[in-house]
Amino acid sequence: MSEIVSKTILQIKEGLKKREYSALEVTDAFISASESNKKLNFYNTFTKEKALEMAKTSQSRIDSGEDKILDGIPIAIKDLFCTEGTLTTASSKILGNFIPNYESTVTQNLWDAGAIMLGKVGCDEFAMGSSNETSFFGEVINPWSKVINKNLSPGGSSGGSAAVVSAGAALAATGTDTGGSIRQPAAFCGVTGIKPTYGRCSRWGIIAFASSLDQAGPITKTVNDSALMLNVMSGFDPKDSTSANKNTPDFLKACGNFNLKNLKVGIPKEYQISGMSSEIINLWETGYGWLKDRGADIIEVSLPHTKYALPTYYVIAPAEASSNLARYDGVKYGYRNSQNHLDDLYANTRADGFGNEVKRRILIGTYVLSAGYYDAYYRKAQRVRNLIIQDFNKVFKDVDVILTPTTPSAAFEVGSQQDPISMYMNDVFTVPASLAGLPAMSVPSGLSTNGLPLGLQIIGKQFDEENVLKVASNIEDQAKFPFLN
Amino acid sequence: MPIDKDTVSKVSNLARIKIDNNQLEKISKELEAVMGWIDSLSEVETSGIEPVANVTGQKLPLREDKVTDGGYSDKILNNAPEKEGGFFVVPKVIE
Repeated sequence: MSEIVSKTILQIKEGLKKREYSALEVTDAFISASESNKKLNFYNTFTKEKALEMAKTSQSRIDSGEDKILDGIPIAIKDLFCTEGTLTTASSKILGNFIPNYESTVTQNLWDAGAIMLGKVGCDEFAMGSSNETSFFGEVINPWSKVINKNLSPGGSSGGSAAVVSAGAALAATGTDTGGSIRQPAAFCGVTGIKPTYGRCSRWGIIAFASSLDQAGPITKTVNDSALMLNVMSGFDPKDSTSANKNTPDFLKACGNFNLKNLKVGIPKEYQISGMSSEIINLWETGYGWLKDRGADIIEVSLPHTKYALPTYYVIAPAEASSNLARYDGVKYGYRNSQNHLDDLYANTRADGFGNEVKRRILIGTYVLSAGYYDAYYRKAQRVRNLIIQDFNKVFKDVDVILTPTTPSAAFEVGSQQDPISMYMNDVFTVPASLAGLPAMSVPSGLSTNGLPLGLQIIGKQFDEENVLKVASNIEDQAKFPFLN
Repeated sequence: MPIDKDTVSKVSNLARIKIDNNQLEKISKELEAVMGWIDSLSEVETSGIEPVANVTGQKLPLREDKVTDGGYSDKILNNAPEKEGGFFVVPKVIE
């Protein structure tokens, strides 16, 4: 059964259909893989019993020939998606005992399609972080750590999602991406992850961080599997007023076309940042070489406001976070530090309940929204955001997709990045697409000199995930990436 | 822009996050470093550029103003740290 965990979703679907194994056997294999990797700390809440129960239901549908698209497929859920009756903590002390009364739309879509929940995987607290180290429950460890015998960060915030797939302990995981939180951990853990266009997946029931940026997406081993997961996760939802009222194309059909004739790929010169390592530059050059081999035109393009993307993000995201996180007051749910006066109750509950990075961002957000600074910071950042969007609009008149590295380096050691701004720099290549609401995907494309995964990022036009997936599947085909499991 | 201890104190009060006095200095330095980095935005010429919050240009839909949900206060109170008689409980506010 051990070979089950090295398969993809499409392969497992095939095996289930041919009765090579049952949904229960598949689920058992992934439960065992999770249990034998306890030291990697994947789960905030492991829902083994629920998984076995769901597997039985899946198998009975398979037996009666009424199987759904994800029947028999065990997946992990980022602990930011509300799951009815199952602890949902956002990896924060302040939600440490929170059991939602409702199910997020994205997870409901997955259960309706037959997927099996293995549990809730760890992330940075309220998705604020790029290393998993801000989690109240301790960071998840990158399964690639064994390659260099040091504890490596899986990236963040969806670090648990990327790590659990990389280790072969789940076939897929949900993630959320506000400034790179799907793509950076996917790159660090040698797996595939897509952040679709803002509005493609409903945000309803996802614990909010920065509402104009937050977007759900899948993390899987292969591009095909991401496309299949995205087919299920996407769709209009009246419960999210920013959800796009558009039909979901069959994303799987966009994959596996290896002729890129007439496709134009932009290489933005501003992404060649100073101090970028030669291994990242080489990976990038190899990547566009592969696309050229398949017939694509490679064109140098310019996105002049790129260097302002991170500072813009670190005004807008904290501003929205300070507003979204005002709801954690020790009254309606979650942790409470009881006091005799209401204001003391709020202030002490929030001081104890939030970790340092979350508090830092709430303070920054409160500051940039406060009287006297609103125009100078918040309004200013919203205007620069417009210029960043205009840069992309201009470039997308000439090209179909943009190719960049996903991250400026491979995974770093746990505890090695203490300074907030150097931590924020991890998202230098992922934040611009987030600010513009564009679909962007990371594909594992090669190994660093010390044998760790590196990813390439494909950025597409709004609602053109199809070209992103098409290019991603070409890179995947040529990279022949050595998956860990 | 320098961020002094009084500013941190004021902002922490607005955010309803208690900060101990002995932490004010450290946090003011941290915020100052981040805001100093953010100050690079002032180099960008933005006159005549509209601020953007909605990136896809989708118009927010309006629905009919009628009740579509509710009637389960028990479920909502399930997660409350303290509840009584169908209400959330907080310390006495009005003397």
